[in-house]
Amino acid sequence: MNEIITSIFLVMGALFTLVAAIGVYRLPDILMKMHASTKAGTLGAGLILVALMITFDDIGVVTRALATIIFLVLTAPIAAHLIGRAAYVSGVKFWKGTIIDEMQDLYVKKANDKKRGGGL
Amino acid sequence: MVILELIWFQNLITGVYIALCLSLLLAFIRLLKGPTLPDRVVALDLIAYIVICFIATYTIATGKEAFLDAAIVLALIAFLGTTAFARYVQQVGHTKKPDESL
Repeated sequence: MNEIITSIFLVMGALFTLVAAIGVYRLPDILMKMHASTKAGTLGAGLILVALMITFDDIGVVTRALATIIFLVLTAPIAAHLIGRAAYVSGVKFWKGTIIDEMQDLYVKKANDKKRGGGL
Repeated sequence: MVILELIWFQNLITGVYIALCLSLLLAFIRLLKGPTLPDRVVALDLIAYIVICFIATYTIATGKEAFLDAAIVLALIAFLGTTAFARYVQQVGHTKKPDESL
Protein backbone atom coordinates (compact mmCIF):
# COMPACT_ATOMS: atom_id res chain seq x y z
CA MET A 1 0.00 0.00 0.00
CA ASN A 2 2.84 2.33 0.90
CA GLU A 3 4.57 1.94 -2.44
CA ILE A 4 1.37 2.63 -4.38
CA ILE A 5 0.87 6.00 -2.63
CA THR A 6 4.56 6.80 -3.16
CA SER A 7 4.25 5.98 -6.86
CA ILE A 8 1.17 8.16 -7.27
CA PHE A 9 2.91 11.14 -5.67
CA LEU A 10 6.09 10.55 -7.68
CA VAL A 11 4.28 10.39 -11.01
CA MET A 12 2.16 13.44 -10.21
CA GLY A 13 5.24 15.41 -9.22
CA ALA A 14 7.11 14.45 -12.36
CA LEU A 15 4.13 15.33 -14.54
CA PHE A 16 3.71 18.72 -12.85
CA THR A 17 7.39 19.46 -13.38
CA LEU A 18 7.10 18.45 -17.03
CA VAL A 19 4.07 20.72 -17.46
CA ALA A 20 6.07 23.56 -15.89
CA ALA A 21 8.95 23.01 -18.29
CA ILE A 22 6.62 22.86 -21.31
CA GLY A 23 5.00 26.07 -20.09
CA VAL A 24 8.33 27.84 -19.73
CA TYR A 25 9.29 26.65 -23.19
CA ARG A 26 6.06 27.47 -24.99
CA LEU A 27 4.33 30.45 -23.36
CA PRO A 28 4.90 33.79 -25.06
CA ASP A 29 5.35 36.20 -22.18
CA ILE A 30 7.61 36.63 -19.14
CA LEU A 31 4.67 36.84 -16.73
CA MET A 32 3.10 33.67 -18.13
CA LYS A 33 6.42 31.85 -18.00
CA MET A 34 6.86 32.96 -14.40
CA HIS A 35 3.36 31.70 -13.60
CA ALA A 36 4.03 28.28 -15.14
CA SER A 37 7.47 27.92 -13.57
CA THR A 38 6.55 28.92 -10.04
CA LYS A 39 3.20 27.26 -9.52
CA ALA A 40 3.90 23.97 -11.24
CA GLY A 41 7.55 23.85 -10.22
CA THR A 42 6.79 24.27 -6.54
CA LEU A 43 3.97 21.75 -6.68
CA GLY A 44 6.14 19.24 -8.56
CA ALA A 45 9.03 19.48 -6.11
CA GLY A 46 6.58 19.43 -3.18
CA LEU A 47 4.82 16.28 -4.40
CA ILE A 48 8.10 14.42 -4.98
CA LEU A 49 9.25 15.43 -1.49
CA VAL A 50 5.93 14.16 -0.08
CA ALA A 51 6.65 10.84 -1.83
CA LEU A 52 10.04 10.85 -0.13
CA MET A 53 8.37 11.50 3.23
CA ILE A 54 6.10 8.51 2.71
CA THR A 55 8.98 6.23 1.66
CA PHE A 56 11.20 6.90 4.68
CA ASP A 57 9.89 6.19 8.16
CA ASP A 58 12.77 8.02 9.84
CA ILE A 59 11.70 11.15 11.73
CA GLY A 60 14.85 13.06 10.71
CA VAL A 61 14.23 12.55 7.00
CA VAL A 62 10.55 13.46 7.30
CA THR A 63 11.43 16.65 9.17
CA ARG A 64 14.04 17.68 6.62
CA ALA A 65 11.71 17.01 3.69
CA LEU A 66 8.95 18.98 5.45
CA ALA A 67 11.37 21.85 6.05
CA THR A 68 12.31 21.85 2.35
CA ILE A 69 8.64 21.92 1.31
CA ILE A 70 7.87 24.79 3.70
CA PHE A 71 10.92 26.70 2.48
CA LEU A 72 9.92 26.22 -1.17
CA VAL A 73 6.34 27.29 -0.54
CA LEU A 74 7.52 30.37 1.36
CA THR A 75 10.22 31.54 -1.05
CA ALA A 76 8.97 30.63 -4.53
CA PRO A 77 6.15 33.26 -4.63
CA ILE A 78 8.53 35.91 -3.31
CA ALA A 79 11.12 35.14 -5.97
CA ALA A 80 8.45 35.10 -8.69
CA HIS A 81 7.03 38.40 -7.49
CA LEU A 82 10.47 39.99 -7.46
CA ILE A 83 11.40 38.85 -10.94
CA GLY A 84 8.00 39.78 -12.38
CA ARG A 85 8.17 43.24 -10.83
CA ALA A 86 11.76 43.71 -12.03
CA ALA A 87 10.75 42.67 -15.54
CA TYR A 88 7.80 45.07 -15.51
CA VAL A 89 9.83 47.98 -14.21
CA SER A 90 12.65 47.39 -16.66
CA GLY A 91 10.12 47.57 -19.50
CA VAL A 92 9.98 44.08 -21.00
CA LYS A 93 7.54 43.93 -23.89
CA PHE A 94 4.45 41.89 -23.10
CA TRP A 95 2.43 39.61 -25.30
CA LYS A 96 0.17 41.41 -27.79
CA GLY A 97 -2.88 39.71 -26.26
CA THR A 98 -2.29 41.40 -22.92
CA ILE A 99 -4.89 44.17 -22.87
CA ILE A 100 -5.16 45.08 -19.19
CA ASP A 101 -2.21 46.86 -17.59
CA GLU A 102 -3.29 48.01 -14.16
CA MET A 103 0.13 49.21 -13.06
CA GLN A 104 0.49 51.56 -16.04
CA ASP A 105 0.58 54.78 -14.02
CA LEU A 106 2.47 53.45 -11.02
CA TYR A 107 5.88 52.98 -12.56
CA VAL A 108 7.85 54.89 -15.13
CA LYS A 109 9.06 52.23 -17.50
CA LYS A 110 12.75 52.51 -18.12
CA ALA A 111 12.40 51.47 -21.78
CA ASN A 112 10.45 54.65 -22.49
CA ASP A 113 13.05 56.81 -20.84
CA LYS A 114 14.99 58.30 -23.73
CA LYS A 115 17.71 59.69 -21.52
CA ARG A 116 18.85 56.26 -20.48
CA GLY A 117 21.74 55.16 -22.60
CA GLY A 118 21.14 51.41 -22.36
CA GLY A 119 23.57 48.84 -21.00
CA LEU A 120 25.47 49.68 -17.90
CA MET B 1 14.03 -1.28 2.13
CA VAL B 2 11.41 -3.55 0.66
CA ILE B 3 9.97 -0.98 -1.71
CA LEU B 4 13.23 -0.60 -3.64
CA GLU B 5 13.32 -4.28 -4.60
CA LEU B 6 10.07 -4.18 -6.56
CA ILE B 7 10.67 -4.37 -10.30
CA TRP B 8 7.76 -2.13 -11.31
CA PHE B 9 8.85 0.50 -8.83
CA GLN B 10 12.31 0.59 -10.42
CA ASN B 11 10.69 1.00 -13.83
CA LEU B 12 8.55 3.82 -12.45
CA ILE B 13 11.65 5.55 -11.07
CA THR B 14 13.18 5.29 -14.54
CA GLY B 15 10.07 6.87 -16.02
CA VAL B 16 10.25 9.71 -13.52
CA TYR B 17 13.91 10.23 -14.46
CA ILE B 18 12.97 10.43 -18.14
CA ALA B 19 10.24 13.01 -17.49
CA LEU B 20 12.62 15.10 -15.37
CA CYS B 21 15.33 14.89 -18.04
CA LEU B 22 12.84 16.12 -20.64
CA SER B 23 11.85 19.03 -18.38
CA LEU B 24 15.51 19.88 -17.82
CA LEU B 25 16.11 19.88 -21.58
CA LEU B 26 13.15 22.20 -22.24
CA ALA B 27 14.17 24.58 -19.47
CA PHE B 28 17.75 24.60 -20.75
CA ILE B 29 16.60 25.41 -24.29
CA ARG B 30 14.65 28.35 -22.85
CA LEU B 31 17.75 29.39 -20.91
CA LEU B 32 19.78 29.44 -24.11
CA LYS B 33 17.14 31.03 -26.37
CA GLY B 34 15.27 33.28 -23.94
CA PRO B 35 14.93 36.62 -25.72
CA THR B 36 15.17 38.75 -22.59
CA LEU B 37 17.15 38.49 -19.37
CA PRO B 38 14.09 37.81 -17.12
CA ASP B 39 13.21 34.82 -19.32
CA ARG B 40 16.62 33.37 -18.61
CA VAL B 41 16.26 34.01 -14.88
CA VAL B 42 12.90 32.21 -14.81
CA ALA B 43 14.43 29.29 -16.71
CA LEU B 44 17.32 29.16 -14.23
CA ASP B 45 14.84 29.14 -11.35
CA LEU B 46 12.95 26.25 -12.95
CA ILE B 47 16.23 24.35 -13.48
CA ALA B 48 16.93 24.62 -9.74
CA TYR B 49 13.46 23.20 -8.96
CA ILE B 50 13.98 20.34 -11.41
CA VAL B 51 17.35 19.49 -9.85
CA ILE B 52 15.66 19.44 -6.42
CA CYS B 53 13.17 16.94 -7.89
CA PHE B 54 16.09 14.92 -9.23
CA ILE B 55 17.79 14.80 -5.84
CA ALA B 56 14.56 13.76 -4.09
CA THR B 57 13.92 11.01 -6.65
CA TYR B 58 17.50 9.78 -6.34
CA THR B 59 17.13 9.72 -2.56
CA ILE B 60 14.06 7.53 -2.93
CA ALA B 61 15.79 5.29 -5.47
CA THR B 62 18.93 4.67 -3.44
CA GLY B 63 17.61 4.92 0.11
CA LYS B 64 20.51 7.11 1.18
CA GLU B 65 19.05 9.99 3.13
CA ALA B 66 22.20 12.17 3.11
CA PHE B 67 21.39 13.52 -0.36
CA LEU B 68 18.39 15.38 1.02
CA ASP B 69 20.64 18.02 2.58
CA ALA B 70 21.82 18.96 -0.89
CA ALA B 71 18.20 19.62 -1.87
CA ILE B 72 17.75 22.02 1.07
CA VAL B 73 20.92 23.91 0.19
CA LEU B 74 19.92 24.06 -3.47
CA ALA B 75 16.51 25.54 -2.59
CA LEU B 76 18.27 28.24 -0.57
CA ILE B 77 20.78 29.00 -3.34
CA ALA B 78 18.01 29.17 -5.95
CA PHE B 79 16.06 31.72 -3.92
CA LEU B 80 19.13 33.86 -3.27
CA GLY B 81 20.16 33.69 -6.93
CA THR B 82 16.73 34.69 -8.19
CA THR B 83 16.56 37.58 -5.73
CA ALA B 84 19.99 38.83 -6.78
CA PHE B 85 19.09 38.55 -10.47
CA ALA B 86 15.84 40.43 -9.86
CA ARG B 87 17.78 43.28 -8.26
CA TYR B 88 20.16 43.24 -11.19
CA VAL B 89 17.37 43.28 -13.78
CA GLN B 90 15.64 46.13 -11.98
CA GLN B 91 18.75 48.28 -11.91
CA VAL B 92 20.27 47.54 -15.28
CA GLY B 93 17.17 46.76 -17.26
CA HIS B 94 16.59 43.96 -19.69
CA THR B 95 18.63 43.84 -22.85
CA LYS B 96 18.49 41.80 -26.00
CA LYS B 97 22.25 41.38 -26.12
CA PRO B 98 23.41 40.23 -22.69
CA ASP B 99 27.03 40.06 -23.88
CA GLU B 100 27.28 43.82 -24.11
CA SER B 101 25.90 44.60 -20.68
CA LEU B 102 27.36 41.74 -18.65
